[in-house]
Amino acid sequence: MAEPKHDYPNDTNIDEKDQKPSKQPGSDTPKKRNFTQRQRNIASGYLFISPFYLLFAVFGVFPILFSFYLAFFRWDGLGPMEFVGFNNFAIIFNDPLFWKSIYNTIIIGIMGTAPQLIVAILIAFALNSALIRMKSIFRLAIFLPYVTSIVAVAIVFSVIFSNQDSGLVNSVIVFFGGDPVTWTRSEWGTKFAISAMVFWRWVGYNTIIYLAGMQSIPNDLYEAAKMDGATIRQQIQYITIPMLKPFILFTVFTATIGALQIFAEPHIFQGRGGRPEGISVVLYLYRDAFNSNAFGTASATAIVLFFIIIIFSTMNMYVTNRIGQPAKRKKVKA
Amino acid sequence: MKSEKNKIRGAQFVIYSGLVLVSLASLFPFYWMFVMATNTNDAINQTPPAMVPGGNLVSNFEAVLNSIPFFGAMLNSFIVASSITLGVLILCSLAGFAFAKFEFPGRTLLFVFILGTMMIPPQLGLIPQYFIITELGWLSDLRAVIVPGLMNAFGIFWMRQYIASAVPDDIIEAARIDGCSNFRIYWNVIVPIVLPAFATLGIIVFMAIWGDYLWPLVVLQDQSMHTIQVALRSLMDDRVRDFGMILSGTFWATVPLIVVFLLFNRLFIKSITDGAVKS
Repeated sequence: MAEPKHDYPNDTNIDEKDQKPSKQPGSDTPKKRNFTQRQRNIASGYLFISPFYLLFAVFGVFPILFSFYLAFFRWDGLGPMEFVGFNNFAIIFNDPLFWKSIYNTIIIGIMGTAPQLIVAILIAFALNSALIRMKSIFRLAIFLPYVTSIVAVAIVFSVIFSNQDSGLVNSVIVFFGGDPVTWTRSEWGTKFAISAMVFWRWVGYNTIIYLAGMQSIPNDLYEAAKMDGATIRQQIQYITIPMLKPFILFTVFTATIGALQIFAEPHIFQGRGGRPEGISVVLYLYRDAFNSNAFGTASATAIVLFFIIIIFSTMNMYVTNRIGQPAKRKKVKA
Repeated sequence: MKSEKNKIRGAQFVIYSGLVLVSLASLFPFYWMFVMATNTNDAINQTPPAMVPGGNLVSNFEAVLNSIPFFGAMLNSFIVASSITLGVLILCSLAGFAFAKFEFPGRTLLFVFILGTMMIPPQLGLIPQYFIITELGWLSDLRAVIVPGLMNAFGIFWMRQYIASAVPDDIIEAARIDGCSNFRIYWNVIVPIVLPAFATLGIIVFMAIWGDYLWPLVVLQDQSMHTIQVALRSLMDDRVRDFGMILSGTFWATVPLIVVFLLFNRLFIKSITDGAVKS
């Protein structure tokens, strides 16, 4: 992310140009004009940025503060609010389903994103190879799932992973002599199906980002490594991965945040109420608020989720940041 | 020499087969969607299920139209996504222009504040937002989705970076000497220069809003006001699921996006990568 200060020299330029004539003695008219121009710029500046702050005051700041407030009250959305202190937090912390939702969110997050990012790097590496042609066609095919909406993906995969014996995945399992799985009601079946949705929709998106990153790596590095007899695996490990680090950081960050906010997939796959095998934190919050009208505990969940997101994104960024470093050191040694 | 050649052949074979496999896995669900959308429920429910397109294309879609207001929902989605996109482009380029080219007290702080808002998960304010919408009387009104959608911190950041690097100060100065007001400068000078950034940001915003699910689900409760995502989900409500009908709806809701994507795929992919990489 570029430093906001970065472009200031340009702006001070404007001012210098504005002010220079005003310093010349005996030129009163330009002085007056420039003075008002400066004021006008200040006014326009505030005016042009004001819509965001107005909207954010109404739909951002106020709701966020109110969430923190509401978390300490019992409220059904209609009657009077009743102050309950930390009771809402006590309620959710004593609810096994709340912990289950956190567990599910994390497990699905790991199953859906970790293999996906690794596969995306491999596909991007293949697409970046000088040995192949028709790259744009492969790229198109691999990116296409991203164009589909999450809801559409969830519906299609709900049918692919349908509970019936005739469901697509079940038919394949039966064909190979296995027993059909009740996907929406089994602990790992549900998680596998939801992870598959996440995997399929996002792998192309991440591939494209990694590919952009790889195209920015100078080819000389690979040439030099090849001359030193580096295998493809070594090239990936010692050149591609370290050079891709900013891109990997970005994808890990967005994937982490996306995974912790997962909602549509379990909500569609297991039906509106959700079930314990697939319920996510956001789905738990949604159910509490809009199915049970328990807005106080739902707000408490929202606040816990906020901290979970902060903790996990910081942690993942920290870990990802370290991944490249030992590799770099090894490279120097070798 | 020969073994070197064989090695390259081998590598080519491995890479090609890997990519073909991955591409097929990417494309298969689309094919599957089409197969289901054209088959009767009986053909889908037999073991093994139908694997080739059947003759029920029209009747499955008629069943969709009987179940949900498909075209109304598509129209709602289109209204929401295009008004937000248009509004975001204007508001964000105005703010980006101000942050990039005007000197005013608190500019850095205000800009950093906007960046900071990007870190806040949208669910944190979800419940109070719902009550604000209720108070405004906007439940089941497209404004409930459009108005909050107009605040877009990423868009301001994006436009600021673009304007700071693509618009030389001299042009602004020249326009000023010609007597242009700041808004005239924005409209006649800045907007034409930032059109490429509009394309990028527009695609990103439109896609995000088109696919948005949780917020429309919460605030658009009347069936007539559903966006296509919310409407598609309600196809799953029947106790006995008609998969042919469900996937017909999903298929026809997906086709327009695929067509637009295939027409503009280079711009599309470039927009998505630029939006990710440059931030």
